[in-house]
Amino acid sequence: MGEMIGIDDKQSNTTMKETEYVIGGIDCSDDTFQVGNQCFSSRLLVGTGKFGSYQIMKETILASRTDIVTVALRRAGGSEHSENILDYIPKDIHLMPNTSGARTAEEAVRIARMARVLGCGNLIKIEVIRDQRYLLPDNMETIKATDILAKEGFSVFPYMSPDLMDAKRLVDAGAATVMPLAAPIGSNRGLETKGMIQMLIEEIDIPIIVDAGIGKPSEAAEAMEMGADAVLVNTAIASSDNPILMAQAFHHAVLAGRQAFLAKCGAVQHVAQASSPLTGFLRD
Amino acid sequence: MLIIINGEERTVSHSLLRDILVELDYPLSGVAVELNGTILPMDTYESTQISAADRLEIVCFVGGG
Repeated sequence: MGEMIGIDDKQSNTTMKETEYVIGGIDCSDDTFQVGNQCFSSRLLVGTGKFGSYQIMKETILASRTDIVTVALRRAGGSEHSENILDYIPKDIHLMPNTSGARTAEEAVRIARMARVLGCGNLIKIEVIRDQRYLLPDNMETIKATDILAKEGFSVFPYMSPDLMDAKRLVDAGAATVMPLAAPIGSNRGLETKGMIQMLIEEIDIPIIVDAGIGKPSEAAEAMEMGADAVLVNTAIASSDNPILMAQAFHHAVLAGRQAFLAKCGAVQHVAQASSPLTGFLRD
Repeated sequence: MLIIINGEERTVSHSLLRDILVELDYPLSGVAVELNGTILPMDTYESTQISAADRLEIVCFVGGG
């Protein structure tokens, strides 16, 4: 286990932990993602929807080296659903059920409670959506559901439209993280809400997970460079021609972005700054 | 007897929840059950009696983001 990087490491001031982390030369792949008192080995969360088969999903999950995967809860169809998705998710990976399909806080709470019966731990992704065209989350209902479920002992990961005041309300309601959207679900449109997410990174003291809309590994890397604590990716991986290879690409991108954030990028200059010495030229 | 499962009327020959799940080809592990709006712990499937006109919601995990 490497040096633990906690939720305060996104602050601009260098903490002792970070200094030790860099000077010690510890491999950043050991960088731990901490949520409350739980630690996760990867900052890439992976969704399990839209895969051609559970077998491809399983190989993709392994290739991504993720530690948390999301699943949805739906009516079971008896013999029509002979395969259990849980048989294809490695046992050491944390399950995070989502409340997709919920249109109100009440429906989200019901789904969360039913998911917990299935014995998957206490992680829950709150997703309350009434807008069917852009699938934008209803922040107000999400805050209500977060308040109820946090009190029931869930570790609540709310999917939200990136708004600073609503993020603060989610913190007050007991959220374990906040998960602002980068762009509409499944759109692969990238970091369209970059400026708003940056505000959350600066002002919110619980982990920020950029969820939805990330379409490319470079966008995941950019979110991590900005100081996001993690990203959640589903469609960009599942809808690729080669989900397994794309999962590896996202793994490297998230790691690269995280390492760049920890290393701190050099200042941007308007004019050139020579990289080679400006003395000793071979001329008179 | 006639009961409602996931919003649809179904005729079942058993009255114990566990037996109904088996009768309808549901796996005993991997499904969560709500009986008339109350979520049942998994270890009660063996002992829960179902009556005519009861409403069951039977759900499982599927892929999702």
